[in-house]
Amino acid sequence: MAGSTSAPAGPPALETHDPVLAAFAAEVGTDGPVTVAGGRTRWERGGPLDPGTREVAAPAGIVAYTPAEMTVVVRAGTTVAELHHELGARGQRSALPERGGTVGGAVAVGENHLDRRARGTVAVSVLQVRYVSAEGRLITGGGPTVKNVTGFDIPRLMTGSLGTLGLLAELILRTNPIPAVSRWLAADGADPFAVDAALLRPSAILWDGARTWVHLEGHGPDVAADSATLAGLGDFAEVEGPPALPPQRWSVEPGRLRSLAPDRSADGLPAAPFVASVGVGTIWAGEAQPAAEPPAAIAAIARRLKDNFDPTGRLNPGRRVGW
Amino acid sequence: MGADQESRTLFERWKSRDRRGGHKGAAEPATGPDAELLAELRAALAPARVRYDSAERALFAHDASVFEGGLAGPVCFPTSTGEVQAIMRISERHGRSVVPRGAGTGLAGGAIPLAAPVVLSLTRMNRILEVDRDNRVAWVEPGVINLDLSKALRPLGFHFAPDPSSQQSCTIGGNVANNSGGPHCLAYGVTNAHVRAIEVVLPSGEVVMLGGLDPEPPGYDLRGAFVGSEGTLGVATRVAVTITPNPPAVRTLLMAFDTVEAAANTVSQVIASGIVPAAMEVMDNRITRAVENFVHAGYPTEAAAVLLAEVDGPEAGCEIDAERIAAIGRAEGAVSVRLAANDTERELLWKGRKTAFGAVAQIAPDYYLHDTVVPRSRLAEVLEKVYEIADRHGVLVMNVFHAGDGNLHPLLVFDRREPGMLDRVHAAGAEIVEASIAAGGVLSGEHGIGVEKQDFMDRFFTADDLDHQNRLRHAFDPTCRVNPGKVIPLGHSCADIQALRSVPTGVWG
Repeated sequence: MAGSTSAPAGPPALETHDPVLAAFAAEVGTDGPVTVAGGRTRWERGGPLDPGTREVAAPAGIVAYTPAEMTVVVRAGTTVAELHHELGARGQRSALPERGGTVGGAVAVGENHLDRRARGTVAVSVLQVRYVSAEGRLITGGGPTVKNVTGFDIPRLMTGSLGTLGLLAELILRTNPIPAVSRWLAADGADPFAVDAALLRPSAILWDGARTWVHLEGHGPDVAADSATLAGLGDFAEVEGPPALPPQRWSVEPGRLRSLAPDRSADGLPAAPFVASVGVGTIWAGEAQPAAEPPAAIAAIARRLKDNFDPTGRLNPGRRVGW
Repeated sequence: MGADQESRTLFERWKSRDRRGGHKGAAEPATGPDAELLAELRAALAPARVRYDSAERALFAHDASVFEGGLAGPVCFPTSTGEVQAIMRISERHGRSVVPRGAGTGLAGGAIPLAAPVVLSLTRMNRILEVDRDNRVAWVEPGVINLDLSKALRPLGFHFAPDPSSQQSCTIGGNVANNSGGPHCLAYGVTNAHVRAIEVVLPSGEVVMLGGLDPEPPGYDLRGAFVGSEGTLGVATRVAVTITPNPPAVRTLLMAFDTVEAAANTVSQVIASGIVPAAMEVMDNRITRAVENFVHAGYPTEAAAVLLAEVDGPEAGCEIDAERIAAIGRAEGAVSVRLAANDTERELLWKGRKTAFGAVAQIAPDYYLHDTVVPRSRLAEVLEKVYEIADRHGVLVMNVFHAGDGNLHPLLVFDRREPGMLDRVHAAGAEIVEASIAAGGVLSGEHGIGVEKQDFMDRFFTADDLDHQNRLRHAFDPTCRVNPGKVIPLGHSCADIQALRSVPTGVWG
C-alpha cells in the first residue's frame, strides 16, 4: 500500500460485484411493469397488480452469518424458515414472522412477529438493504453493523413499502439470542391488562375477550417467577402455544384495547371473534380494518416518494401502501 | 496508494470546499437586507424571541463540534408549533433556508448555519406534555432535555432508554434528528426504536403527524425515515417516545485486562454466548487514568483496558448473566473482576464513564471526539491502527467506546493554539474513518454525518446510493430549504447548492 502521489479515492465500501445480485438486476431490467413473487402469503396486500405485470423471483441463500456480530447477510428469496433454521443452529433468531414466506416478502410487507415485544420490530432489525431500482440499478441503503447512522434511513423506507420503491435483493438483519426457556400459559377470565402491568418483559400477551394467553421467555428461574406471578392473577395452565388467529390484521393504539369486548362492538374496533395483542395494539379479526384516507400533506410526500423512486411507475403497479 | 494519502486528499477537499456564507464578522444592521424578514418574524413571535445582534448570531455559528458555520441569520426561539409554522412560511417567502437546533451538543456540525439561514432554536419548547401509561408513551416537546425526561419518569417506574453521554444537556429533538444512542442502546436499541409518532412542521409549513401510537401505522414509514435525518426533512415539534419500565435488578461489572485485545475478545465472546448485556463499555489505560483522577471511582489505573459491563432485568437472569460474563472475562485473562456492591458504587462507575470527556480537560484544552462503528471481531485490530495513526500525526488519542456494538469513540486530545495542530487532528481523524471503513465498518454510529463526514459519504456509498438518499430527501423538501448543505456531499445534491446560493446579496457581508 505504499504511496502514489495522485491518491484517487478507492471504490465505495458498499459497492458490490456479486454476480447473483447483478443477474437479478438484469432480470428486473429497465422497462415494463414488474413484481417480485415470494411465498405469496400476503399477495393480496396493497390491492391487485396491473394486468401484464411481469413476475420475477429474488435470489435466495444465506450469504454470511456471524453469530458473534449478531448479523446475517441473506438474499431476499430465502425462506424465513430456512433463515431461522440456520440461525437456530447457533442459538439465534430474527424479528421476522414465520408464516411460510420469504425474507424479502416479510420485509416488504413489514408485519411484525407475534412475539414483537421480545423480538423487536422488523423495521428495527433491518440494518442494510440492497434493492434493484426502477432504473435497474443495484442500490444499497443502511450499513452492515448493528449500529449505524450513516446517511438517510433507506432501510426504514423500504420496510413495509410492498416493493413499490425498489425490489429487495439482499438484506442484512440483526439477530438475537433464543432465550433459554419458552413457555405459553393460558387462563380463562384473567385480566390481560393486569397481567401486562405485573410482568416486566412478556414476549406476548394475547386476549380474545374471555381467555388470556401469555408467552414467557427468558432464564428458567425468571420464567418460573413470572409463572408464579401469573398464578396470582388467574387460573393459568401451560398450553402448546398461541390460539388460532382470525385472518384480518388491525393496528390500533394499545390503550384502546380495553374497549374491546366479546359481547358488544366498540367504535372503530372489530367485533368478536378477535384476538388482541395486549401492549402492542395488533388485533386479528374476521373483518378488515376500514381504510383511512391519509392527510393531504402525507399523501403528497408519499406521491413524491413514489415519483422520485419509480418515475415510470413500473414497480408493483397497482399496489398501494397502506392508506 | 497509501490509505493516509487518500485520507489527506479527503481532508484537503474538506478544507478547501466553498462554504458559502462562511464569512465571519459580517455585522448586519436591522435596516439591511434582512429588515423585512426580521419585522415579519418579530410580528409572528414576540420581538424578544427573534434575535439579531451580532453576538447572538456569532454564538449560533457553532455547535459542540469543531466546525464553524457562517453567521446565523435571525435566531428565533419559538414556543409553539404555530410559531414554528410561521417561521417556516416567512422564511420560505424570503427564500431563506432554516436550520433547526436543540441544545447544540452535536459533534458532526449538523446544527451549524451555512448561508445565513434563519436559525430555529427549539430550547423553549421544553414541556413534557403527557405521560400516557396505557400506550406506554410520553408526549414531549423537542426541547425537553433527555435526562430531565428520565428523571420525570422515574417516580412512575419508567425511563427513556437512549442515554447519550451528553444526556444532561442534549434534547429529545436532537436525539430524534441524530437517532442518538448511548451505552444502554446495546440491548434497548437507539432512538428510532423508541419514537412512535412525531408532529412535524414540513418545509412547506404544513403540520403533519408521522407514525402513530398503533404498532403498524399505514403508509410508508415516514416516521422511521425522519428519525436520524439530521434536521433536513422538517422540524419536529412534538414527539411521542416509548417509555421503558425500570428494570428491577441491575448488575454492573468492572473487569481489568492487560491488553485491549483481551477486553475486546471478552466482548465478542459474551455476545457469541447468547447474552445481550444492557451495556458493554471499554476504556483504555489513558482515559482510565484521566477519569480516575477526576472521579475517584476506584478504576484500576494499571490496566491496559477496563470493561464496564451491565446486565439488567429480572433478578435471577441478572445473576446468571453476570456470573457468565465474569467467567468469560476470567477465561479471556481478566486480571480483576469487580461487581459493584451497591447503587452508590454502580453510579460512581457510570459517572466515571459518562464524564470521561470532561476528565480530559485536565490533559489538554481541546478534544475532538470521533465516532465510527466496526464489526466487534475487528475492534482490537482497528484500535491498534487508531493508536498508530494518532502517534504518526503527533496527536494524543484516548479510547472510550461502546464495545458491545463495535462503536468506537477515539478521542483526540490537543491544544489548538499549537501551530498546525488542528490540521494534524483533522488528518488523523480522516485516517481513522478510513481505517474503520476498510475494516467493514460504517462512518458513524450515533453522531451523524452533518458536515463532518459529508465528504466521506462517497467513500462508503456509490453515486447511485447517494442519489436515492436525495430522492428521499426531496420527497420531504423538494427545494432543500431545511438544513441545506448537510449529510449528502454537495456534489451529489444540486438543489442543496441552489439553496445555499439563494441568499440575498449583502447578507454574506
